[in-house]
Amino acid sequence: MKFAKLILGAVAIAASLLTAPAAMADDPGPAAYSAALSGKRVLLVPLAMGFDLAQGWSAILKREVEAFGGTFETRDPNWSTEAGAQALTEAISSDPHPDVLVVMSPDLNSYAKILKKAQDSGIYVILIDNPANFPADAYVGSDWNKLGQLEAEAVIKGCGDGSSKKIALIQGDEVNATSLYQYAGIAKILESHPDFTVVAKPDSNWDATNARNAATTVLQQNPDICGIIDFWDGDATGTSAAIRDAGLAGKVFLVTTGGGEKTADCATLEDGTYGAVVMTDLARESGDMVAMIKYLLQSGQKPGTASPYIYTLLKATTKADLKPDTCWDLKALQAAAGN
Amino acid sequence: MERSFGWKSLNQERIVLAIAIGLFAVASVGLPGFLTAGNLVAILRSVSVLGILSLGMAVVIIGRGIDLSIVAVMAMSVAWYLQMLGNGVADLTAFALALAGVLAIGLVNGFLVAYAEVPAIFVTLASGSFVFGYVRSQLIAQDAVPVPHGHWVEALGQMRLASIPPEVFLFAGLAFVAFLFLRFTRWGRFVYYAGDNPVAARNIGIPVRPMLVLRYVISALAAFVSGLLTAASLQSINSRVVNSTLLYDIVLVAVIGGIGLSGGKGGVRNVLYGAALIGIMLNTMTIIDIPLLYQNLIKSTILLAAIIFDGVINPRDEQTAQQGDI
Repeated sequence: MKFAKLILGAVAIAASLLTAPAAMADDPGPAAYSAALSGKRVLLVPLAMGFDLAQGWSAILKREVEAFGGTFETRDPNWSTEAGAQALTEAISSDPHPDVLVVMSPDLNSYAKILKKAQDSGIYVILIDNPANFPADAYVGSDWNKLGQLEAEAVIKGCGDGSSKKIALIQGDEVNATSLYQYAGIAKILESHPDFTVVAKPDSNWDATNARNAATTVLQQNPDICGIIDFWDGDATGTSAAIRDAGLAGKVFLVTTGGGEKTADCATLEDGTYGAVVMTDLARESGDMVAMIKYLLQSGQKPGTASPYIYTLLKATTKADLKPDTCWDLKALQAAAGN
Repeated sequence: MERSFGWKSLNQERIVLAIAIGLFAVASVGLPGFLTAGNLVAILRSVSVLGILSLGMAVVIIGRGIDLSIVAVMAMSVAWYLQMLGNGVADLTAFALALAGVLAIGLVNGFLVAYAEVPAIFVTLASGSFVFGYVRSQLIAQDAVPVPHGHWVEALGQMRLASIPPEVFLFAGLAFVAFLFLRFTRWGRFVYYAGDNPVAARNIGIPVRPMLVLRYVISALAAFVSGLLTAASLQSINSRVVNSTLLYDIVLVAVIGGIGLSGGKGGVRNVLYGAALIGIMLNTMTIIDIPLLYQNLIKSTILLAAIIFDGVINPRDEQTAQQGDI
């Protein structure tokens, strides 16, 4: 009898030992993850869908959001603040409303009230790329002041000691945070380099023809300029045309900033059109957005609880730094995302 | 009593010319580097594309119309053309398709204004939005479409004759052609008659409606040429220009030079004066480094002043003005 009990006990222990690992393998993660994320709606509202960064973000977000069982949509305000405001207002009042708004703000203030309303209705708001005076649930994008500093350092290095030390700035406009903060960053570095002078700082209003006309005049007036900082690669094509037309290609060091797309930035660094480009690491930046979306939807926190800044690592890239994977290829990314 | 001489003999055209010359003189003395061959070419160049667009607009305005679709046609026709090239369509086919599209828009604009009798301001506002929306959403992939390497448009942009870029010659050439058309051809004179008094023009047997269609086709073609020149100089075309102030600048050049919005008045000379004033003004403001917001303020104040002045010295003709006029 005793022996039989012993056997039974041993069997019971063995059985419990055998079943125990199976119970331990039951990871609660996927169920919680899926419960929090599946069926959630993410809406991306950039300034427009027609430029490289927006299309890059969209391709990566679409892939990620659909992978966790959510739905991903975009709205295209096509550079119109009013159209963007309307798209946001409609999204907030729609039923069911989106769970996360990913918004690129056209300026510091326009969307503040609408986004506050979104948070009040229980929608998380992630601001991307363009800062605004609004406590979003996260800001994911560049530190534009730092970006300006990197541009200024690049142009100082590009000009060199033996140069005229005269530079010009082709700014964007006078309302967009990216233009204002970028300028502040440049000014900060130039303060500690008093030998460098800014001979002109016209605005292009982000338009290549304006940039070309302004840069042509600036180069006419100051043919000994050693460097130009253009505030966006979208209009720097105009500035580079002006430099080329003035016969100053190779003599004027052109620095700009952009999304790091292959044809827009790497090809132009390669052929010497740009001297340096401060690039956004698109994959990293989009990855940060995805991480914030996943975190916020699982956090259970009320929208507006915290407003962290998730700055993307910035780097001034020159021709010497170019590697095959420095830039990303919009066409390949879109093909991979199936759109 | 006959007024032999008064302030009214100073018409808007002469005032604009006087301001342009005055500004030029002041800038020449006051701004070092203004009066150099290079800067003068830069001024000419900066208004060449604007000038060509304004010529097209002027022909329409003189005939008592307006073409608000001109910037959309300019940007989108060339964007589509370049996109087709990028997609591997043969150059000749792509060019023919783009040109056909441009002509079609001109014909539709003209037909709706002339035969359906819809006011030009609504027709062209709508057709401009349609052209932009359709091409942007259906035919091109991005705002900016690059010129393919080694293409003739790229070569055109790098061409120089006596270090003067091609758009300056084209502007001069087209201005001369427009001048000959408006001044010396029968159809050119008809534009004035139709613009001054469409009903009377029709009564004396002028083909008013077909002429109207022709004018919108001319402005669409001017837009296409301007688009090609823009693409040549920037080696890409950006559809964002449709949202810019370019359209207002075009109207500004025409109106400020003294082409009355009520039709029947003005000519190529007025476009040249308007373009000269705008070119000199923008150039000096850039040299002085005036911020963009102030530039827009100065520009719009001058436009407003020109329109008010135009209203005072070219009062609307109550007998021929009709509802739907601009």
